[in-house]
Amino acid sequence: MDETKKIVSTEEFKTHILPTWCPGCGDFGIWTSLKSALSGLSIGSDDALLIYGIGCHGNMYSWMKTYGFTGLHGRTLPVAQGVKVSNHELPVIAIAGDGDCLGEGGNHLIHAAKRNPDITLILHDNQVYGLTTGQASPTAKVGFKTKSTPEGVTDEPINPLTLALTAGATFIARGFAGDIPGLTKLMQEAILHKGFSIVDVLQPCVSFDKIHTYQWYRQRLYSLEKEGYVPDNKIEAFKRALEWEEKIPFGVFYKEDRMTSEERESALASGPLIKSPVGVKDVEALLCEFI
Amino acid sequence: MDTRSTVTWKIGGEAGYGIISSGTMLARSCTRLGYHIFVTNEYPSLIRGGHNIVTVKISSSPFHALDEDLHILVALNKETLELHKDELLPGAVVVFDPKDTDGSELKTRDVALCPVPFFEITKSFNGEPVMRNTVALGATVAFLGLPAETLLEVIKDQFEHKGSEVMAHNQEIARAGYDYVISKYSTVTFAKLKTTQKSEDQLIINGSEVFGVAAVRAGLKFAAIYPMTPINAIISFLADHAKSLGIVYKQPEDEIAGINMALGASLAGVRSMVATSGGGFALMTEGLSLAGMLELPVVVDLGMRVGPATGMPTWTEQGELQFAIHSGQGEFPKIVLAPGNARQIFSCVVEAFHLADKFQIPVIVLTDKYMNESQWCVPKSVFSGDIVIDRGKMVHALDLGKEIFKRYDLSVPDGVSPRSIPGMKGGQFFANSYEHDEIGYVTEEPAVREKMAQKRLLKFQSIQKVVRPPDVYGDPKSEIALTCFGSTVGAVLDALESVQYIVSGKSVKLLHFTWCFPFPTESVTELLSDVKTIIDIEQNGTSQLASLIREYTGIACTHKITRFSGRPFTPKTVLEAVIQNL
Repeated sequence: MDETKKIVSTEEFKTHILPTWCPGCGDFGIWTSLKSALSGLSIGSDDALLIYGIGCHGNMYSWMKTYGFTGLHGRTLPVAQGVKVSNHELPVIAIAGDGDCLGEGGNHLIHAAKRNPDITLILHDNQVYGLTTGQASPTAKVGFKTKSTPEGVTDEPINPLTLALTAGATFIARGFAGDIPGLTKLMQEAILHKGFSIVDVLQPCVSFDKIHTYQWYRQRLYSLEKEGYVPDNKIEAFKRALEWEEKIPFGVFYKEDRMTSEERESALASGPLIKSPVGVKDVEALLCEFI
Repeated sequence: MDTRSTVTWKIGGEAGYGIISSGTMLARSCTRLGYHIFVTNEYPSLIRGGHNIVTVKISSSPFHALDEDLHILVALNKETLELHKDELLPGAVVVFDPKDTDGSELKTRDVALCPVPFFEITKSFNGEPVMRNTVALGATVAFLGLPAETLLEVIKDQFEHKGSEVMAHNQEIARAGYDYVISKYSTVTFAKLKTTQKSEDQLIINGSEVFGVAAVRAGLKFAAIYPMTPINAIISFLADHAKSLGIVYKQPEDEIAGINMALGASLAGVRSMVATSGGGFALMTEGLSLAGMLELPVVVDLGMRVGPATGMPTWTEQGELQFAIHSGQGEFPKIVLAPGNARQIFSCVVEAFHLADKFQIPVIVLTDKYMNESQWCVPKSVFSGDIVIDRGKMVHALDLGKEIFKRYDLSVPDGVSPRSIPGMKGGQFFANSYEHDEIGYVTEEPAVREKMAQKRLLKFQSIQKVVRPPDVYGDPKSEIALTCFGSTVGAVLDALESVQYIVSGKSVKLLHFTWCFPFPTESVTELLSDVKTIIDIEQNGTSQLASLIREYTGIACTHKITRFSGRPFTPKTVLEAVIQNL
């Protein structure tokens, strides 16, 4: 890390509000990891914009002092792209839930991945809608009994990793809310990656999911890195991303360098849009086209 | 020889035969000679073969709308004669290819049948059948009594980029069409135009392009627009000019993404816009409400077309006035403008960006298929004047960092608090969709909720100070008033001017609303309180402006003229309907 970089303490992100998440919620681990990730990258509270969806995850903004945007359910990624294209020097991080980003906002995820804007998506993946007290989310596994699926989920779950892979995301990782050091590292890698990065974070919902507990995950999770896995092959990444039940991999699944959507815009070549001159320089030339 | 000051010309044929560009080239030739023009296209998707029509009205003096009666009809196929024969004026010039028809369908009518072998002439110059419209253009210019040289110059400008050979080839074919008419039809003088003087350069530009020009001149830097008729021309304009103007146009995955991208750009500090039609706007309404809550400026081009649902996508209507006013969940301030012509599109769009920043609200500019896809002629100077760009209340970097920044400061007298831009040191805040306090933290406290809601609604009062009254035409003391909004004004103005604002012996005035919401209650009450007869004219089925007038002034329009066939009003239809109602 660059030695001249400023020191950012995680205290900087503190607000006067205490978290309202259920004790033991996976969101605590994600929040703590995000604060350490930002402080480790010297990104202070006024250096970045964090964009939240609507759901338990989104309540994080109340105890996370930065420039923040809490918009509409499912719409984090379009907002993030609008911000990034206007000021590509600003780190932009979208924080979304599985219902938020894969249900209501599924189409936006596909298209964001396709365009490859330089933004990071942290996906809170707990298989349930917690804020509405426990309905099945798009990632809920077959058989999972929830308030909206009393007989158990019958539909196939959406796999955010394979979806991101096919849609064209250039950094795809999975972390675990119970592994703060590991998750911090993954978040930092994702933020530093130039292009659309997604970190799918497995998190237990302690109130509405009695099956997928911390223990359930710990018994199954294994590190891709420790296995010597190299994240440079889409087919291999796909195979790993399909693993579930017995063995669940975490770490970086896939990574590639591709031109970002900002790099493809000629208007941004000389600097961010917010700093470029305002209005039309050569009005005469513009109007003469119509004569 | 008799000449006329106004000629209406129509060309029809199958899609893909350069019909639209013929209209533009004829219009260019005319404006370069000093005439005023209006070009409109119709492409009724339900008629087999994709029948396309372009109508050009040419006049030696300024006018406001298209007429329905034709002086010249150019038929590139037989169908054109059958479909448009009832629009021909007695004596009208009908130009067709003897290969397509012998013109017998018009034998009983008082028209000048002028067969021109489009196909044969094109072929004799080794041209493709698609170039028949170029022969037709040359022929048209001859029938109008205009010099061939101007048309050849326009052709040069149009085809120059394709190389000198293509250019010369087109010129040759146009010249042949012209010469054919000069040698064969020297006695057909029905459509000859009075000569005129050119005073200033005029642009030939469609309404959506005007919107684009106005937006970039007002400092637009980001637009996210999902394709939809009738706003596609603004996409082409912005995408074509993105590089040279240093702006960004993005094609979003849907209109929901479009408005959310535009709000992101707005938050980041640049002027942004979206454009759509009714269906896309329906998808945007949640985002519009978000703009209201976050107090973010954004401009919406709502190009109206025939609804409900997919309706008649390529035809015109004014059905979204009440929808625009009431769009979005919850209560929040917004402004709805409704320009009536190209000049007004320009001024309303510049105004819209200004107002959006000034009050930190969404501003909707209602346009429609008729004005967006028609080509207007506008003196260049109308679009080239100086524009002052005022971003409204922005916080200064020096004022930040001393204490916690209150983005939603409640102490402001006008409801508008200074904004910071993400990245400014010490300017952190939360743009929060939930009800929030002055910094943006979520709150459900009744007192804070009420204060914050009051702050937003206070903007309605602030806006009232800049609300524009309707434009009044005719004698303000007239006891008969017509009311309309948006593009209906063209036909109404031409109708009233043709009778010097006297209908059935009575003086009539017109109130045209380009500012619809917040409603200019005070001025309208004053303008209508002594009026006995109010005739409301709208291109929809429910007289939405009349409802608005009643809602805010208590004054009921005594007569309502509506049209919802998808076809715009013409001066003749307006005048007949007004006379019937008096």
